Amino acid sequence: MIAFENVAYSYGGGDLLADVSLRLAPGSFHFLTGPSGSGKSTFLKLAYAELLPTSGSVTLFDRDVKTLSRDDVARTRRRIGIVHQDCKFLDHMSLAANMALPFTVSDRESDPQDMDDLLGWVGLKHLADALPPQLSGGERQRAALARAVIVDPDVILADEPTGNVDWEMSLRILTLLVELNKMGKTILVATHDLNLIRQAKAQIQARVLRIAKHRVQLAGADL
Amino acid sequence: MKFPKARPASPATRALQVVPPSGPTAWLTTFTAGAMTFLCVFALALSLASGRLADRWSQALAKTATIRLSAPIEQVQVQTDAILSVLATTPGIASFRAIDDAETRLLLEPWFGPDLPVEALPIPRLFEVVEGADAYDSEGLRQRLAAEAPGAVLDDHTRWRRPLAEAAERLRLLGALSIALIGAAMAAMITLAARAALATNAEAIRVLRLVGAKDSYIARAFVRRFTLRTLAGAAVGAAAGMAGVAVLPAADAAGGFLTGLGFSGSGWLWPLALPPLAAVVAFLATRRAAFQKLREMT
Repeated sequence: MIAFENVAYSYGGGDLLADVSLRLAPGSFHFLTGPSGSGKSTFLKLAYAELLPTSGSVTLFDRDVKTLSRDDVARTRRRIGIVHQDCKFLDHMSLAANMALPFTVSDRESDPQDMDDLLGWVGLKHLADALPPQLSGGERQRAALARAVIVDPDVILADEPTGNVDWEMSLRILTLLVELNKMGKTILVATHDLNLIRQAKAQIQARVLRIAKHRVQLAGADL
Repeated sequence: MKFPKARPASPATRALQVVPPSGPTAWLTTFTAGAMTFLCVFALALSLASGRLADRWSQALAKTATIRLSAPIEQVQVQTDAILSVLATTPGIASFRAIDDAETRLLLEPWFGPDLPVEALPIPRLFEVVEGADAYDSEGLRQRLAAEAPGAVLDDHTRWRRPLAEAAERLRLLGALSIALIGAAMAAMITLAARAALATNAEAIRVLRLVGAKDSYIARAFVRRFTLRTLAGAAVGAAAGMAGVAVLPAADAAGGFLTGLGFSGSGWLWPLALPPLAAVVAFLATRRAAFQKLREMT
């Protein structure tokens, strides 16, 4: 689904990531961990074509990202749900309108019943008409997750989805991710929260990728 | 839980909504479009008026010609008869007549006063020739006159007509150039405004790209907004400009050059074309600016 082959990425001052080769198989659940600034976000950006690799190749749905046009990138992102650390909403539109955005931008309309179900699933039904700045951190994260899954993507990429919320909320978000994985979605979660990873491993077959010394390695069972 | 299924919808208005409402500077676009169109109406009026003027001068002068006869006193009557008979047998001449002494005196009165003894002066005799539907051959006429009446000179006014027509033509060109410059200035201004709007909304654009919006979708929101704003401004500007031209005091013959400034008949349709034209300019300028700016983002 998403494959990296000898990928390197540098911001100019030396490699941030080097020699990264891995594949995310359909239906897998991966964590990506490592210290702050080690390149977790960069790795995710490479996985949704926000950044292009300096060398090597990234393949999304069997197509090399370097061959994708801007419209191809847009179409590819409709198959990838992205949950950003800082959520990224349009602050002038209601929560429900923000969640429907992936439909809106592809000139389609969301089914009101499905929207209702989705709001119920993330527990935000009562906030459908609220504006994003009025929401708490946990509510924003759950809304971001709901927006990421609304178009039924094959892959969900989450960058520190529990970064700004308390432990209880972290568990709720993790539960939602686990449920999605059980429905067959491929999940990749970048986090530095090892407790969260342990919690997940108790519920599901999750693999852990660790970034160390610019390399991405599959961590053992030593967590 | 079910995932929503996609359903086709009419997305025109929602495409507008995804871009945050514009700030208080939005009216500047409308204002500039209005001012530019207002100026454009006058450039257009100037252009059309000078065009009409050029035509009128050319036509009025081209229709008539003058023959001047300067001959010794004893030759005058002979050559006058010769000229009249030549004119009578030249095809393409609608009418001709010799201008008599009384009329000559009237023509000269503004310069020499009413008491001029025309008979006593060697003043050339004048003949007015009016061209028929088919133009006569002026070179042939000139040669025949030279043979029959050596003192006759044919003046078909080309000397006068050409610089006048050229001046009017140049004026029309200036008008067209002004319209083009106004259009280009408006395009430049709208491009700047659109780029500013795009820069202000960079964060919203990033969100839209993140959820899979194509460039064309994002551009559409901006293009619609600026096109409609420009159209509204240009409509007001055109209306004000047309009203301004309409209330210009109608100058009569004494106005000379100013006589024709304004629109006549179907000419009033031209300024009506300006608002749609301005909208097209805005559409193209915004679209170009949007795609340029979007290419800078991932």
